[in-house]
Amino acid sequence: MQYMLLIYNNPVLEPAHGTPAFKQMMDGYFAVNERLKADGVLRSGDGLQGVETATTLRIKSGKVETMDGPFAETREHLGGYYVIDVPDLDAALTYAALIPSAHFGTIEVRPVMDYTPAG
Amino acid sequence: MVNPAPGAVSAITVAKELDRVMRSDQGRLLAALAAGLRDISLAEEALQEAAISALAHWGRSGLPRSPQGWLLQVARRKAIDRLRGTTREAQKARALAVLIPDEGATQSETIPDQRLRLIFACCHPALELKSRVALTLRSVCGLTTAEIARAFLDTEPTMGQRLSRAKAKIAVAGIPFAIPEADLWPSRLESVLTTVYLIFTTGYLAPPDEPRDLCREAEFLMRLIDQLRPDDPEIEGALAMMLLTSARRRARIGVDGISLPPSMQNRSLWDASRVAEGRAILARAMERLQPGPYQIKAAIADCHMAEPGPDWPQIAALYFALWRHEPTPIVSLNAAVAIAEAGDPTHGLAIIEGLEEQLRDYQPWHAARAAMLGMTGDKFAAAQAYRRAIAMAPTAPDALFLEQRLADIETQENVQPDA
Repeated sequence: MQYMLLIYNNPVLEPAHGTPAFKQMMDGYFAVNERLKADGVLRSGDGLQGVETATTLRIKSGKVETMDGPFAETREHLGGYYVIDVPDLDAALTYAALIPSAHFGTIEVRPVMDYTPAG
Repeated sequence: MVNPAPGAVSAITVAKELDRVMRSDQGRLLAALAAGLRDISLAEEALQEAAISALAHWGRSGLPRSPQGWLLQVARRKAIDRLRGTTREAQKARALAVLIPDEGATQSETIPDQRLRLIFACCHPALELKSRVALTLRSVCGLTTAEIARAFLDTEPTMGQRLSRAKAKIAVAGIPFAIPEADLWPSRLESVLTTVYLIFTTGYLAPPDEPRDLCREAEFLMRLIDQLRPDDPEIEGALAMMLLTSARRRARIGVDGISLPPSMQNRSLWDASRVAEGRAILARAMERLQPGPYQIKAAIADCHMAEPGPDWPQIAALYFALWRHEPTPIVSLNAAVAIAEAGDPTHGLAIIEGLEEQLRDYQPWHAARAAMLGMTGDKFAAAQAYRRAIAMAPTAPDALFLEQRLADIETQENVQPDA
């Protein structure tokens, strides 16, 4: 089963650039990436630029409305994701617990919808 | 009915036999199906269809040698038929891979007991606690949705929706029907024990005329878990705690309908065989030298029943030990009560006053504070606290007990000026 691990970060709690805690976090991400690849479960994954770079769009009465900023003004922002292919939720949760942001943010684990038609 | 066909059985006999098998083995059959399918709804539907087939088939051809084996085999075929029509490719492939080898198995095979796997799925921490409770009662204990709704003061449609959502989440989110590995075991067992304990306390606090006794269901679950996973000290601790607590059930409410603490109960009403069994199980657990919160809670229940009265110094020490596992204000409150009862009400009261902010809305905090103010001689404040505790009392017997304590204090007050 494929799961998306959505990484929500709280910029206030996240370690600042250049601090030892920041290095520890980056080392942690490097270790997760290596582990996911070595276990053969990683399908995709990326970090996202900050919410200050986000643009939102919706169509109202046929007209495209474009706005500066993220979808919702919340304390925690979507900062990145992994898509992994593992046997069950317990395996997905075990990998999610390795993500450094779990210590100062939140990881949401969502099963990916299965569109493969019946054979 | 003229000349019944050879082997034919009357409809009544078939219906009775089917009812008997479903009553005694439904949980086991459902667990065996659900563990392979990883889908409780699909398992329920397949078992239901198999039961309907049994009514027709057993009437024509006679009762099978193993009705359970027959039902399981037919239910697996029904599930395979349904899965072939599904559009969720991944789930289908996985479930068929599990089911098809099983299909060739003979009917008389002993059905492997997969109920522990079903329990771990129903009690998975990815489900809300109330859903875990409802799903465990429905799938493992076989209660109806109406019975569960009644026990938790919900309407039947609301409870039905809760059950459907929980079953759908297990299937779609891929919650495993598995006994957790060693690294996950402690946290997952805790999730199971919390669920069973909530079933137990709901039953313990329910009025005595409830049609389904949830204490008995909780005890059935704990005995089953202990049997399927023997020699685990926390499982034994939880079972011991339930036996020692439920042993006092008949003595809990006095003749006047007053709720009584263990120290004031009529000991002859305690169920001696439950006390003995609970103590033996607790002793066995403690010999394993792996203490845990449920063993400590069982030991506390045991100390409340000491001769000639509760062993308060020991209870206080046990609550301090429990606090290391569960650092909650409620554990601190219980420790404070034990300290006061053990002879130091001033110390107990000081702890209680420090918990005000966290427990102001918790009725037992007011009741305990009232008792402690009474012990330290502050009768006026005690009376005020009793009035507050009575106003917040969850049941009429609890209110009656507190009203009696309040009356005692007011009598002393009235007597004092004359003395």
